[in-house]
Amino acid sequence: MGSNMAENHPVGFQWVMEARERGAKVIHVDPRFTRTSAMATQWTGIRAGSDIAFLGGIVHYILEHDRWFHDYVVNYTNAPVIVRDDFRDTEDLDGFFSGWNRDEQAYDPETWQYEGMDMHAAAGGREKGFTAKSGHAAGEGGGGSALPHGEPPDEDPTLEHPRCVFQILKRHFARYTPEFVAKACGCSVEEFVAVADALCDSSGRERTSAIVYSVGWTQHTVGVQYIRTAAIVQLLLGNMGRPGGGILALRGHASIQGSTDIPTLYDILPGYLTMPHVGAYDDLAHYVDANTSRAGWWGNFGSYAVSLLKAYWGEHATKDNDFCFDYLPRIDQDNSIYKCVFDMFDGSVKGFFVVGENPAVGSSHAKLHRLAMAKLDWLVVRDLVDIESSSFWLDGPEIETGELETKQIATEVFFLPAASHVEKDGSFTNTQRLLQWHFKAVDPKDDCRSELWFYFHLGRLIRQKLADAKDERDRPILELTWDYPVAGDIEEPSADAVLAEINGWNAKHEPLSSYKELENDGSTACGCWIYCGVRAEGVNQAARKKPRWEQEHHTALEWAWAWPANRRIIYNRASADPDGKPWSERKRYVWWDEAEEKWTGIDVPDFDEEKRPDYVPPDDAKGPAAIAGNHPFIMQADGRGWLYAPHGLVDGPLPAHFEPDESPFRNPLYGQRANPARQQFDRPENPTNPAGSPAYPFVVTTYRLTEHHTAGGMSRSVPHLAELQPAMFVEVHPELAELRQLEHGGWATIVTTRAAIEARVLVTDRMKPRMVDGRRIHQVGLPYHWGSKGLTTGDAANDLSGLALDPNVHIQEVKAFTCDVRPGRRPRGADLPAFVERVRREAEGGDE
Amino acid sequence: MSLTRLLESWPLVRQVREGDRLGVGKAAQSTRSRELRPRIADADHVVQSVCPYCAVGCGQLVYAEAGNVVQIEGDPASPISRGRLCPKGSASLGYATSPLREAKVKYRRPHGTEWEELPLDRAMDMIADRVIATRRETWQAEDDEGNPTRRTLGIANLGGATLDNEENYLIKKLMTALGIVQVENQARI
Repeated sequence: MGSNMAENHPVGFQWVMEARERGAKVIHVDPRFTRTSAMATQWTGIRAGSDIAFLGGIVHYILEHDRWFHDYVVNYTNAPVIVRDDFRDTEDLDGFFSGWNRDEQAYDPETWQYEGMDMHAAAGGREKGFTAKSGHAAGEGGGGSALPHGEPPDEDPTLEHPRCVFQILKRHFARYTPEFVAKACGCSVEEFVAVADALCDSSGRERTSAIVYSVGWTQHTVGVQYIRTAAIVQLLLGNMGRPGGGILALRGHASIQGSTDIPTLYDILPGYLTMPHVGAYDDLAHYVDANTSRAGWWGNFGSYAVSLLKAYWGEHATKDNDFCFDYLPRIDQDNSIYKCVFDMFDGSVKGFFVVGENPAVGSSHAKLHRLAMAKLDWLVVRDLVDIESSSFWLDGPEIETGELETKQIATEVFFLPAASHVEKDGSFTNTQRLLQWHFKAVDPKDDCRSELWFYFHLGRLIRQKLADAKDERDRPILELTWDYPVAGDIEEPSADAVLAEINGWNAKHEPLSSYKELENDGSTACGCWIYCGVRAEGVNQAARKKPRWEQEHHTALEWAWAWPANRRIIYNRASADPDGKPWSERKRYVWWDEAEEKWTGIDVPDFDEEKRPDYVPPDDAKGPAAIAGNHPFIMQADGRGWLYAPHGLVDGPLPAHFEPDESPFRNPLYGQRANPARQQFDRPENPTNPAGSPAYPFVVTTYRLTEHHTAGGMSRSVPHLAELQPAMFVEVHPELAELRQLEHGGWATIVTTRAAIEARVLVTDRMKPRMVDGRRIHQVGLPYHWGSKGLTTGDAANDLSGLALDPNVHIQEVKAFTCDVRPGRRPRGADLPAFVERVRREAEGGDE
Repeated sequence: MSLTRLLESWPLVRQVREGDRLGVGKAAQSTRSRELRPRIADADHVVQSVCPYCAVGCGQLVYAEAGNVVQIEGDPASPISRGRLCPKGSASLGYATSPLREAKVKYRRPHGTEWEELPLDRAMDMIADRVIATRRETWQAEDDEGNPTRRTLGIANLGGATLDNEENYLIKKLMTALGIVQVENQARI
């Protein structure tokens, strides 16, 4: 669901095809009929933005028909845990959970807790307007996913207590009947039941099912809750931590997983350590204490944090100076790119580095990004080709419309050519957490350089220029360890040396082999604790390329290296029953070997190797030792999979169906239409199509093509790819084509309150209209790869979308918003903004 | 042209000599076909690499000759991809050698109407100066209540999901030490 795997991850899809050939059922639930649908054993089309209704229906079906995996659910999930008596559900409060603060437009999650537990002030306190709206409590950081006290105090293994999670779940999803699903999603009852039934049939001791998603799920104002619903389904069916199971996020960039693990993100430090908050911590001890959970692997937070500080500041980081904890900058607000772009527009962000990304095409409300970049003092763009983000001032769309004038733009722009992956050494982390090394084949030409080179030498120059500075401000940069060996004429830094720092070393500077060796006394340094071991014994494990035909098992443990500790399936203790035996012979993966008294299997066990299945932690146990032998989810403080999330999310402990921010419909379940906690920017630069407006009657969803890559910077410049997909197009159903007099192969103009773009018309019954709540709704599909530069050019789909975000992770809702489609090309020049304004005026009066 | 080669250029002779009586085999080969050689024939080395596009992480073999990449194809040893590549991965050679690739620094001065040339070391020096100046001008040592913030909100850095782990590590490390907190990547798109 929410993924077009056959077209966007074709080589990964070979395994799905192979499974199908061996009898597996492949089900595709998606608004569009794609090649994935064509290859599936069943395709069920639904309305874009209705996935929680569909998945919630599956939860209801599993519970109603007693299809859940009893031994797994009772032992491995929080189903038996009792929740506080002042918790109120969306079913009680018409679309709100208890704790809603109307003034702050945010939840106080206190009432969502387990009974008898105090709320852990997750990760850095709860400054007003920060925790909720920034999503900091959302669990990107370490402390966010942890309970303070280990084992929940109250539970009912019979699952009958009215306030246990299992009963709350039953009540919460009681109205998600097959009939409701059909009404909300626009599919038939039969189609839905067939999907739910097939999923249940293919789960249990003998079988497992996997759920695959992509950005089709994340790019909604309830994106995180989409994935939460999938987690509930998979936990109820016993599909987590088992071979052939899980929830698989297919991602669209080569190292997007890696750039989250070693984050180029604002709110975390490497290894998901919390970025310190302003005023929240007096010192390191306070920071560590606030982020340490009593039980589970976050119990060692202090070792991870101190080792990172040692990696950053080396000999300058001592016990006496709190290991330079004071050197870390503090955050107190949402500093994600969308908030940042408004600040840029307002002039407070003055300098901007854009490296291997193309926000002028790839970010939602792309026009706002271009307008904002025109307000900068300086901009550095590093890419292989001159992209829309580097030359918006010269030939961007706003130059044509007259909204910007080149001479008036004061931005100083540096374009620096980058090196490609064949011109540098380094590692990517793929979507299954596998670090794979790529070797340099040739040197980069002329001025082309790697980012490693650029940032290393930029840092070197800044340090040189500040060498005599006496300002307190400059101590962190001057005392930073920044002495990587360089080689060759261009003085390229050694990627292997950087990897060695990421891996970490002990006091004798010997490479560490595992994060278990990390200490909180300053004797170890480690740049990213979850990557510790990638260079065990001084060998680059990510560069292991033992051919698949020489591997012992299909898990291919000697090909590259997966974090953590080379485990290929995390939480794989769940592949064995509570006694440590495989759930079935067919699904053997990791098990307890009684003779050897250790865990073993065809993967690295994700459990203390010698912890017996019947281990019961003593009352005073801490960290990993406080997790019982039959609790597989070792990063959680209670060791269990969470059907219900007592904290960590800012928009509720359970998923509920809400309409997209822009939707033609009212919520069929609640008086509250959209996610009340969604992040909105009420600003004139970010207008919204009125809900239910007849001026924007169609649902639009954006997507990718096999032959192009995201914002096109890596594909519109490639001759073969530009030839294979030569033009921007819009997919519409024949009925819609007739309604709007669109001609196949001709032009159409797609308009929202923010912009109008043109595209070639592709009339196809792949975009089926849906009967939703008694109304027939058309859906429009738009690839988002095009922009004004490259070998193939076209209008950018992201000009159409606005900024309404998921409140947990600040992701924009581009998979379901509204538009109108009109025949012919869009107006040119100054007529274009005038046209958009005219349509907007027509729209006023739409009903909320 | 020697008489022998002249005779050999006549397909009938080749048909007889090579026993290809129907003229549907090698005898029918044109001079152009005969002279075609694999792109990798003269490659001086090959390295194992990883596809730069999506996160499946297919294995690639990159062939190079005299400092130029001449072919990129699937790596059969990879347990992930088993030698296969999708249209994007297969077109990686065109990505690495695109006619649109820029090899020189380009500079646009404030209010400028066109790109100008700039030596790389000069550009690096100017960028370092910009960072230092903007950081100094926008530095926040503490908030209104006197809590230390040790940061600047005047500079932002965007991008990382197409880069290597080692590169992301240096970006985050450098930015953090400079107090630049607005560090973001493609995680949201």
